[in-house]
Amino acid sequence: MITELSLSELRGGLRRGELTSAEIVSAFRDAYLADAKKEEPLGAYVEFFDDSVALAERADEARRAGEADAPLLGLPIAVKDNILVKGRALTCASRMLRGFTAPYSSTVIDRLLAAGMIPLGRTNMDEFAMGSSCEYSCYGPARNPADRTRTPGGSSGGSAAAVAGGLAPVALGSETGGSVRLPASFCGLYGLKPSYGSLSRYGLVAFGSSLDQIGLLGRSPEDLAVVFAAAAGRDPRDETSAATDFPAARAVLDGAELPARDFRGLKIAVPREFVPEGLEAEVSAVFDRFVRWARSRGAFVEIIDLPILEASVAIYYILAAAEASSNLARYDGVRYGLRAKEAGTLFEMYERTRSEGFGEEVRRRILIGNFVLSSGYYDAYYKKAQAVRALLLREVARVLAEHELILSPTAPTPAFKLGSKVRDPLAMYLSDVYTTFANLALLPSLSLPAGLSREGLPIGVQLTGRRFAEETLLSCAETWRREGGGG
Amino acid sequence: MSASSLNRTLDGIEYEIVVGCEVHVQLLTKTKAFCACENRFGGIPNSRVCPVCLGLPGALPVVSAALVEGAIITGLALGSRVAEITKFDRKNYVYPDLPKGYQISQYDLPICVGGALEIAEGARAVGITRVHMEEDAGKSLHLEEAANASYVDFNRCGTPLLEIVSEPDMRSPEEAVAFVEGIREIMRYLEISDCNMEEGSLRCDANVNLRIHEGEKLFATPIVEIKNMNSFRAIRAALEFETDRQLAEWRSERLTLEAVGKSTRGFNDETGETVLQRTKEAASDYRYFPEPDLRPIEIGRELVEKLRSRVGELPAAKRERLKAQYGLSDFDAQTLVSSKAMSGYFEEAASGSRDPKKIANWILTEVRGVLNDRGIEITSFASPPEHLRELVDSIESGIISGKIAKDVFAEMAASGKRPSEIIRERGLSQIADEGELRRVVESVIAANEKSVTDYRAGRDHALKYLMGQVMKESRGRANPIAAARLLEERLNGR
Repeated sequence: MITELSLSELRGGLRRGELTSAEIVSAFRDAYLADAKKEEPLGAYVEFFDDSVALAERADEARRAGEADAPLLGLPIAVKDNILVKGRALTCASRMLRGFTAPYSSTVIDRLLAAGMIPLGRTNMDEFAMGSSCEYSCYGPARNPADRTRTPGGSSGGSAAAVAGGLAPVALGSETGGSVRLPASFCGLYGLKPSYGSLSRYGLVAFGSSLDQIGLLGRSPEDLAVVFAAAAGRDPRDETSAATDFPAARAVLDGAELPARDFRGLKIAVPREFVPEGLEAEVSAVFDRFVRWARSRGAFVEIIDLPILEASVAIYYILAAAEASSNLARYDGVRYGLRAKEAGTLFEMYERTRSEGFGEEVRRRILIGNFVLSSGYYDAYYKKAQAVRALLLREVARVLAEHELILSPTAPTPAFKLGSKVRDPLAMYLSDVYTTFANLALLPSLSLPAGLSREGLPIGVQLTGRRFAEETLLSCAETWRREGGGG
Repeated sequence: MSASSLNRTLDGIEYEIVVGCEVHVQLLTKTKAFCACENRFGGIPNSRVCPVCLGLPGALPVVSAALVEGAIITGLALGSRVAEITKFDRKNYVYPDLPKGYQISQYDLPICVGGALEIAEGARAVGITRVHMEEDAGKSLHLEEAANASYVDFNRCGTPLLEIVSEPDMRSPEEAVAFVEGIREIMRYLEISDCNMEEGSLRCDANVNLRIHEGEKLFATPIVEIKNMNSFRAIRAALEFETDRQLAEWRSERLTLEAVGKSTRGFNDETGETVLQRTKEAASDYRYFPEPDLRPIEIGRELVEKLRSRVGELPAAKRERLKAQYGLSDFDAQTLVSSKAMSGYFEEAASGSRDPKKIANWILTEVRGVLNDRGIEITSFASPPEHLRELVDSIESGIISGKIAKDVFAEMAASGKRPSEIIRERGLSQIADEGELRRVVESVIAANEKSVTDYRAGRDHALKYLMGQVMKESRGRANPIAAARLLEERLNGR
């Protein structure tokens, strides 16, 4: 069935003439329409683009006319609702941006469109990417295809639900502190958070600018490599984007196979802090099985002490909230999006617009951010968190000088029940306990599907590498997929 | 100069005025500070905007190299230390003309620190605290015909600005005006800014308070920041008003800086008064933090040295040198130094000239006239400086008269041709050859017997008339001194 194939398989089918782009896109559209009729639909998309089939037909015509030099011509991708696609609505799952149409495309979208890809639709998410369960969405939650009473994770929950639920072959998500890897782990997908700077942030709605990165969700490491290669590269419109070359990923885009990494001699560090005594038994069991597999393939897996990691969630929530409070100041009702009616004065208009437009979690983080930046508290919170971040960068770099990878569970639990944490922000924040350090340290990190719980819930394992070593992560994940991932 | 000599006394209160300035200057760069939009004043509202300067979701700033270079040049001109590493910060506040909800500015690592500006012919120096880079905001428009609505024009949004902060070193309204004038002179001279206060490309806020001396005791009145001073006259008037107001307030309430803190007052141009806008309690907390979208900037010393050579001699020093070296008046020197290009043009034209003062006169009258008429800068003027030198030398050496020189100049300025070429083509060079002049004189005398008789009868005006006829006959080309001598000799029968 088309909707169960990986992007690379679809690509092969198109190349061999066994499939058309219209067939592919129609299959995903039909799956979306069928799902929408269900009693508990996945809620993966907030909008499925009506014209996607027409775009696919145009791609088929180009292919027939022999104009198929775009490497991903006619292949579809789902796009998180915080990445701008020119001419399409964009809301970040917030009432605040109701009615907003993107007047330009993000650089990543521009590059994927140039490579021939077709955006299928906008995927559900936690409002402004703040959340770990996709429940803080003005559209209502997305659901986990493995168990619809559970969360697909967040904030890129819609993207994960779409790929895992057969509504898209691959999807763009975004990360500030684990928003791609956590949903990948909860939904049994491969999820890549690239190094800070690998993908341009231009046209990604900012949350925590020093942490944000567009990420990818897919069914195989190769699928991620292909899309990553098409989107990566220095962007003059983003000063923080890097001029790094990814030749192995580029080769996959050009048609080569993603090489599997030989684990013999591979040095892997497991921070003791990320495998605590109280780690949930099923997560622990899946993780241990992965470690045994890696060792059996010749890797040196060493438990190390990295106590600074215990500070990562705390400093993450200070720094991300601080940057968010500033980044979200622009949503004020003056120029676009929601404007509260019946306000008597300018400041009343601001107040009402922002109270009506933002959900509770976004308001909470704006308040935290303003607090930690305010005079009198700046030194105790923001400044200290910056100092600890610098220390964390150094400590993690020290570990990665000796080890090629840092290995840990992606999340402390499998997907939890919808509604179980939505009233307990601290419990929700702890879903990110293993993921945020990679964002803080600017490193690439990949979650791979490592196994299932007894209830059949996916559990992920996370590989974090040296900065710009995305190809190492993808190749290691490919080894797992070929040798163990299926078992 | 000792501080005590700057003290004033009024009704038995001995006090001194303490003023510090924050000057905002818009840069004359091609693009805005953080996007590719054209940087220009005015225009149809919201016609020069893009996702970046409108602060649309997802847009990111990219710093303009011209902004950084302009800031370095300014710092060098003010004797500042140029930072080796500088960074941008976000200044967070909410206003409809600020589309991101924050201004990209600099907080704790400004690009330039320290320095001084001399005022009063070098008799006093005002310390510079810092120079930093930031972006301008848009403009709110409140139209009379739309009482229930306000509009915002974002064209100005993202215009590159420098904020120049002085030490509280000024002791009178006049010194404050002199300081801002000095900043303007330097910025114009270096072509960093046109510093047009009416268009807002130079804006000044002043912090002012009084130091009250009561015997051995010293009190400070609350500091007031005055905003909205849109002309030099306004700066002076606002500071004078504020001095009087603070003095009266001290007399009646004896409020001190320690007790009250700082407040902000706006100057009302019509009433000539300052009006309270904000007290210390209402002051904004800008929640500065490093701008994560822009990378810290490392400023290489090679760049600084390259830009230092572009700064060269500063206007005050150049003014004095031009006066001494070329014998120019205060006014001429001041006007020539109004821009680096203008003074450069003068010096090139003057070098090797027999009469630099005449060169200055020509530049200040004829050349400036052409520039004004055409609305162009000296850099686009058709004639290079050596052409002007040649023209002035042609007058000095008697090749053409001053009157003909003006015609030659008009053609030079229009065509860019060399003056010698124009003189040759149009046969304008003076007749100095005695034989030729004599023939002209003879023919004039033959044709004007009555005037000759009048002259010999002692009527002097007849000589002027005959001389006029000589010039007419020669189509203006007769060397007037030689011709007059020959005419008189002939009439006097020699």
